Formats: sequence, C-alpha cells, structure tokens
Amino acid sequence: MSIYIDENTRVLVQGITGRQGSFHTGQMLAYGTRLVGGVSPGKGGQEVEGVPVYDSTFEALENHEAEASILFMPAPFVKDAAMEALDAGLKLLVLIPESIPLHDAMEIMAYARQKNAVIVGPNTFGLVSSGNSKIGIMPNRYFIPGPVGVVSRSGTLCYEIVGHLTESGIGTTTVVGLGGDRVVGLHFIDVLKKFEEDLDTRAVIMVGEIGGSAEEEAAAHIAANMDKPVIAYLAGKSAPPGKRMGHAGAIIERGRGTFESKVEALTGAGVKVADLPTQIAPLIQSILDKA
Amino acid sequence: MKLYEYLGKELFARYDIPVPNGRLVENAEQAGDAAAELGDVVIKTQVLTGKRGKAGGIAFASSPEEAKKEASRIFDMSFSGYAAEKLLVEEKIAIKQELYLAVTIDGSAQRPVVLASLDGGMDVEEVPEERMIRWPVDAAIGLQPFMIREICRRMGVSGDLQKEFLQFLPKLYRMFKELDAELAEINPLALTPQGLVAADAKVTIDDDALYRHRDLPRISEKTDLEKKAEELDLAYVELEGDIAVMANGAGITMATLDMVQHYGGEPANFLDFGGGADVEKTSKSLELLLGTDPRVLLINIFGGITRCDVVAEAFVRVKESKGIDLPVSFRLVGTNEEEGRAILEKEGIKTFNAMDEAVRHAVELSA
Repeated sequence: MSIYIDENTRVLVQGITGRQGSFHTGQMLAYGTRLVGGVSPGKGGQEVEGVPVYDSTFEALENHEAEASILFMPAPFVKDAAMEALDAGLKLLVLIPESIPLHDAMEIMAYARQKNAVIVGPNTFGLVSSGNSKIGIMPNRYFIPGPVGVVSRSGTLCYEIVGHLTESGIGTTTVVGLGGDRVVGLHFIDVLKKFEEDLDTRAVIMVGEIGGSAEEEAAAHIAANMDKPVIAYLAGKSAPPGKRMGHAGAIIERGRGTFESKVEALTGAGVKVADLPTQIAPLIQSILDKA
Repeated sequence: MKLYEYLGKELFARYDIPVPNGRLVENAEQAGDAAAELGDVVIKTQVLTGKRGKAGGIAFASSPEEAKKEASRIFDMSFSGYAAEKLLVEEKIAIKQELYLAVTIDGSAQRPVVLASLDGGMDVEEVPEERMIRWPVDAAIGLQPFMIREICRRMGVSGDLQKEFLQFLPKLYRMFKELDAELAEINPLALTPQGLVAADAKVTIDDDALYRHRDLPRISEKTDLEKKAEELDLAYVELEGDIAVMANGAGITMATLDMVQHYGGEPANFLDFGGGADVEKTSKSLELLLGTDPRVLLINIFGGITRCDVVAEAFVRVKESKGIDLPVSFRLVGTNEEEGRAILEKEGIKTFNAMDEAVRHAVELSA
C-alpha cells in the first residue's frame, strides 16, 4: 500500500528540456519512475533520456496515458503550465519551482479544488514512494523502503533526517515535501490522514519550521485523530524574530507561529519534539522496537 | 516589499479609494507651508515600522507655526532605528468612528481573506476574535457582493454604512489582486460625515511578483550587505556571532544555526544560497561571506538539486582567486558527492559526512 503514488503512476515532465528538467528526468528514470512523456512548447519531436517530448500537455496525453506531472520552468511560467495540466485532466501536480507569485499560487489551488486534483508544492522537492517511484528532485540513494512516513515543509533538512534514518537502517514508506511557500497545496493534515490509514506506515516524522500555523493545526489534528506515533523536528529555534506583516499577520496567527508555540502545541498532542535532527533516528528506532 | 503610508495612499487614490487631502514634505518649512494651505492638520512620520502613534511619530497642529515645530520634533526622532526622510501632512478629518479593514493571504485556506472590525485604531491586535470578522475569498469567484453583505451582517452593519462597504471593499480587493499585494490594510478606516476614508495605508507587495510591476518604486529595509545578497538572489540575514554559515535550503540553514547554538557557538549570519546554484552564484555567496570577516566558515551542503561538484568547484575557484585563510569546516554529501570530494581533496581540503560533526568542529575552531 502506498499513498498518492505507486510504481504504476504514469508521469509527465513539463519543462523537460531545461537544465533541471533533463537532469532530474534521468534521476527519476534511474529510481524507477514511469515517465511516459515530456512537454516543452516548441521542442516537440525531441527525446530526453529516451523520453519523447511534446509541444503541449494535451498532445502528450493524445499519445500516452498519465495521472501525474512534475513541473520545471521559471516561476513566471508555472501558472500557465499548471493550469494546462489541470485542464488536460491530470490529478497530481508536483510544482518544483520557487518564487512563484502568491496570487498565481492561489489561482492554481482554486482551479485544482474545482478539478479535484492534488497539488504538491510549490517550492517542494516532491514526493517519493520509497523503492517504487519518485516524482521529485530528492537524491535517490537515501530513499529506501521501510516502515516510517515522513512529511516536511523544508527540503534539504528532510534529506538530512531521512539520510540519518537510512544510515541507521530504517527505511520509509512515503516521503512528502509540502513546499516552503506561504501558499502550498498539501498541508501536514492531508498527509497525516493518509499516513494514519496506510497499513505499511508504523510511525510518522514531521519536519516543520517557524512561521505560519500549519504545525499548530497539525497538532490539533493529531490529538483528535491519530493513533500512530509522531515524532517532530522544528527548525528555527535560534532565528531572530521574523518579519511581521502589519497587524493582519498577527491577527491571522493569533500568537501562533513561534518556535515555542509550535513545541507547546505538538507536545500537548503527545508528539515527541526532537532537539536535534540527529536525535530522530534513535527515537524512531525505540518506537519501532517497542511495537 | 512594504510600502510607506504615502505610497500606499497614492495607490489607494489610483483605485478611487478616498484618502485625506495631504502633502508630502521633506523639511519643517514645507510642513508649515502645507498647514497654511490645509488648515488643521495631522503630521505623520513616514517609516515602515508599526506603532508610530504610540512612539510619538504622529502629531496634530492647528497653525503653520505649530506644524513647523511638530515637524522638526518628529524629524529628529528615530523609530526602531529608522529616521524618517519624509513626513505626510494631511488635513484633519472629522472621525465619527475608527474601523478596521484589511485584505491579506490566509496560507492555510490558500485564499485571500478579508478582515473587518468595527473596533479599529491603536489596539486592533487586542480585539476579541468574535469582533474581528474573517471572510476567506475563493479565488475562483473573487469578491462578490453577497460576501460583503455577509461581512456587514456579522459586524452588525446595515443601511448606509453597508452601502458604503459595498462601494469601498471591491476597490480595495481589486487593488490587492491587481498589484499582487500580500497585505492591503487600513487602520483606522475612518467613518466621517462624508463616508469611509482611509486614514492610514499599510500595503505590502509580494516580492516574487515585483517583476510584473515595473512602475512600482523599490523600497528596501535591508542593510548594505543584505542588499548585496538580494542582488545575488541569496537569502541572507546578519546575526551577531562569529561563525559564518552557508547552507542550501532555508530549513537546513535554520537547523544549522540551531545546532551551532546548541553546541555553544554563535552564528554570524543566515545564508541560504538556494537550490541548484551554479558555480558563479556559489562563488559570489562565498565571497560575500568572506567579506564579513568571520572567525570560522561553516559550509553545510546536502545536495539534492544542488550538486556537490559545483559547490566544490566554486570553493576552489574562490580559494585560488581571493585566498581563504580562515579555518573552514566543510560538510558535503548528496548529489555528485564523490566528484565534489575529489575536487576538494586535490586541494587538500577535508570534508565531513555528518552535519553534527561539522558543526561541532566549527564551534571548536571558533573557541
């Protein structure tokens, strides 16, 4: 059992001919992802790593069936490409680029809600069903199958933590990068629900950071709805106070968003919060040993 | 990007949102002239920090002489370290009631959200939750009149004032959307005999969307070094310590700083040079850090989209061209790590596998 994607998920790469798109096409193929086609307007007819390139998402779907797409292109072009993929009927989009205008992101999310599609990101490393398929840019060798689900707001920090698990011989079911932007598609709660239902997942790691209220919302969800053990790590303990956005920011967050508020909320929900990324692997090991 | 009040009000006026009649002045003399023209005035310092009023940056004057005196007093003040270069002198308006109105982004709802309250003014953050109406707007349909009527109903507003809101709020929402704002806030929104008037303006534009708003001025609160980093598209914040930190990704950079402090060190900065940087950008990041004259350099790379060979090549390039003579603790793993290590080993540079070893080494070097 896996969540969101499995070894059968067929994937398009939008922006396949660019530097990042072509490099990660090779990496995803090496991991075992079923990449069926690429899209790059004006570059149709080429091949990248043996994957056929088309001028549009619609043209790619005339030639192949697919459920998902991963997007690599400069930020100003992401909205158009994402809307095209949603209009063409794809149900899972992974938005890799960073610096997408917030209003573009909100419009993409609104259209995705209408289309019942899942958006991962923007500004994410993607997601991986360990050992089966990855739709993302994470380094292949750290993602080996095992019993732990991981969901993270930040990318490199998540590699760090999964890397430790791997070195300790602990693998993962699915690892999901939510993305670091203020407006993203999936939130902690969406992924925690899936992990709770996933029979293969025995424990969950959530990697959060200061700012926003996603961790506090997740804590309330965990307290009310989750039986599986959750371990958290939060980055930003030493960060100087962040920039406030007028009164509205403070009103939205109502005192949430600080390191202390997140630790308090999570601890109150029975989540063990690790002080250092290096403490997570031993904590997970002790949970798995007990079960 | 935060905008000064006077710029926010210029934009309001462009969207037909009523603002008080005012003049922007650069010295006390001009403030007196403005008062001679406008009559009773309010004088407001133009700085980007909040709580100007409580700090004494807002004054009333009923004669040109008084306006001059107050203006020169405010010009001599500083607000959280910022001194004003300009003051806004506005006609004093007859305020029956101070309201609050804002449009901003609710990340957890993935939507714009309207915030409205009858209890505007200085202490709006203290307004109880039930007196602050929040209405998330689905971007698929935008702001509709029924939403405004519902916001009014929840505030207990009807009749003429509801009609005012039906006119006023769509203009603010349109500006919020068209200018890619993160925040368009009016506090107080003044209820006057002539209707609703924006007595203040707090507007923040999304930095990532500035490329499509070339007509807007560019305003920065950053230090010179932070500005230089901004030009290089780096996320950089100066801190107080002596261990310069460079990492790739905001989360891991924060975690590196946390770990430096955990082991008793003090970071000199936050520098996230992002994902997938090329040799040029990586070299520039390094040069920028070396320019701050730190005691120790800590580099923490876990390459995903960032390639270790690129980082190594940049390090060697900077070492050869500028010289790196301070102690370095270098952690390098991830995409193309063998290639990266080989490049560094040729230069006799050792790397760590584990983040906490590298951090502890850096802290020892700084002691």
